Amino acid sequence: MANLADARGNGPAPTLTTADGKPLREALAKAERHARNRAFFLVLPLLLFILITFVAPIAQMLHRSVHNPAFSDNMPNLVAWFEENPEGISPDEGGWDALAQDLILARENKTAGLVGTRVNYELSGTRSLFTKGARNARKLEPPYREAILDLDEDWADPALWQVMRGASSAYTFNFYYAAVDKTLDQDGNIVDVDENRKVYVKLFTRTLILSLLITFLTFILAYPIAHLLATLPLRYSNLLMIFVLLPFWTSLLVRTTAWIVLLQSQGVVNDSLVATGIIDDESRIQMIYNQTGTIIAMTHILLPFMVLPLYSVMRPINPSYVRAARSLGATSWTAFRRIYFPQTIPGIGAGALLVFILAVGYYITPALVGGSDGQLISNLIAFHMTNSLNWSMAAALATILLTGILLLYWLYDRLVGIDNLKLG
Amino acid sequence: MTANSGNDAFVVFDHVQKSYDGETLVVKDLNLQIGKGEFLTMLGPSGSGKTTCLMMLAGFETATHGEILLNGRPINNIPPHQRGIGMVFQSYALFPHMTVEENLAFPLEVRGMSAATREEKVKRALEMVQMGEFGSRRPAQMSGGQQQRIALARALVFEPDLVLMDEPLGALDKQLREHMQYEIKHLHERLGITVVYVTHDQSEALTMSDRVAVFNDGVIKQLATPQDLYERPDNSFVAQFIGENNKLPAKVESREGDIVTVALPSGKACQALAVNCGGTGSDTLLSIRPERVRIGAAEDVNSTEGKVLELIYLGDHIRCRLNVHGNEEFVVKVPNSSDAGQLSVGETTRVTWAPEDARALDML
Repeated sequence: MANLADARGNGPAPTLTTADGKPLREALAKAERHARNRAFFLVLPLLLFILITFVAPIAQMLHRSVHNPAFSDNMPNLVAWFEENPEGISPDEGGWDALAQDLILARENKTAGLVGTRVNYELSGTRSLFTKGARNARKLEPPYREAILDLDEDWADPALWQVMRGASSAYTFNFYYAAVDKTLDQDGNIVDVDENRKVYVKLFTRTLILSLLITFLTFILAYPIAHLLATLPLRYSNLLMIFVLLPFWTSLLVRTTAWIVLLQSQGVVNDSLVATGIIDDESRIQMIYNQTGTIIAMTHILLPFMVLPLYSVMRPINPSYVRAARSLGATSWTAFRRIYFPQTIPGIGAGALLVFILAVGYYITPALVGGSDGQLISNLIAFHMTNSLNWSMAAALATILLTGILLLYWLYDRLVGIDNLKLG
Repeated sequence: MTANSGNDAFVVFDHVQKSYDGETLVVKDLNLQIGKGEFLTMLGPSGSGKTTCLMMLAGFETATHGEILLNGRPINNIPPHQRGIGMVFQSYALFPHMTVEENLAFPLEVRGMSAATREEKVKRALEMVQMGEFGSRRPAQMSGGQQQRIALARALVFEPDLVLMDEPLGALDKQLREHMQYEIKHLHERLGITVVYVTHDQSEALTMSDRVAVFNDGVIKQLATPQDLYERPDNSFVAQFIGENNKLPAKVESREGDIVTVALPSGKACQALAVNCGGTGSDTLLSIRPERVRIGAAEDVNSTEGKVLELIYLGDHIRCRLNVHGNEEFVVKVPNSSDAGQLSVGETTRVTWAPEDARALDML
């Protein structure tokens, strides 16, 4: 106590000490260390689980978007030659020499397919060059240029050599160029790909627009429902809440196929319209296997994600706010616009962010009901993962998607403030 | 009552009934006239219909039957925002996303007043409640008492003739509540507005009001000035609800003018003022205020023996609980004066009250 009294009296910002003279800050840290350690050990299992099963795979996947060693690992001679000859794509004798050595190597190691696939990603139709080359590698004899060109004239294609030069380094940005419909021309400049091969930018744009549209539709539909939920007596609002949550408890596949049943051209909706004579049998409306199907089904599936945050901000809003506004002379519309609506903005922000982020990455529903023009970018990512096996491309697309979402999140934070987010 | 609803009646409830579920009446046949400039309090236990009456007046509930007139004009079909009634809510209902100034400017803004007028009126209203320097704060940054003043200023800033207050002081602590009572009373006197005030706190009602309407079970049990209400309750409910009260059940034996002679269960007789009791033979409840009973005084008509059961020292007076005529909850307030005799628990003493201080009322 004496120390404290002394410290109070003199000197600028004296360090406080405990009764027996230890620095107060240290004593506090020591006193709380035990509790902190215990808290840390309690979350440790979850932390490890997340690191191993979530953070690590994502980091590995992102790494894959710029790293593909299929060519560089298996064609060591060509890699060395490209390093020695930094310019030019018309190979000299040394280049053909290296290629021949590597083809022999590829035959021994059975890696021609891997290498061919890697080059084929960027120049289609070239995979067979490598497999054929490796198959006949033993027959190759100097001069290798003629021998290899004898196998296939296409080996002389400068574009092929440009691609191989790019692939000779395990780290490459080519997948990102490809993901935004760009490619490297023979001089190494970034140029647009052919018009008929442009798919990715179009799909990104479509994903963005459809997601925004779906977010808007869920907002329009969810706002009145949430308001009703928040204002009804508990007895009825609980029942309504079950209806809102019911889709949550049903499998995603079931919900999506239910929409197929409803919307297909021989489906319930079309049949009813024909039966009531609103449309002719010949002019049944195409509502599924196109963009419309994607929009309808996704809006329905994502609706609870908008309703719940809205409900959670509306529930605590005291009805006396609106009453006060009315008694102060505001019409019901003004009272809504100036008093009620502003208080629900945190919920709108949270709901919109949630729905938008989910919609941007949605896969199953567009895959089932999207047809050809209702596919989203995630369907293409899935295609590269499972069909073309171009994981680097899939990773590049996914990275762009993730970056875009983080950018929007940052923008939201700047405009609205993430503190205002209210999820429940 | 309605036919001659004088010219000075500013607010009139004319046979108003209200039901929420179509089965029970929350407000049963309410007739009430409020004069211009009057401070009228609706007092009653919760669920007695007082808040419903206020909400009907404000326009948030519609009367199931009957007519409400404001300044001679029926307002049943006028929406709340066109009634021009200021209202202070129990929860204050200050808009949380607006500053104090914006809150106060809101009613002026929706009335289309110019920015300059708004600014001036807001400034004046803030000064009126001594909150001049709080204009840029948000409601969450203020204490309950400060929010209360702002809510009051907001209800007054557009200069309504009628202001409704729904238990506005309910959330404040005792000291602040008493202080605000005087402040609201003074504001009312200064501005000459009509105030309809709802509360369940009887001391609040007695302090502030010109007249008090005591509600119970959807009807007004008594409408009177605070003094009348306390000293001359019309019925047992009011006698019981306002202030402390000793009640003795009895049976009417005979009546001479205003004075009845009643028989107490103990077999003894007693004289009381006939206010609200039936004829000979009917049951009645005597109501005697604790401060009107004298202890150890000279023998009189209503003198009887009482055994002291408990003594509580309260500073200015001593609260003495006795057994009088078999009622063990009979309370007498003995003033703490120098000549007060010393009482002790267990002692039997003489208690006396004047016949006109014992009011014979209805059975509860």
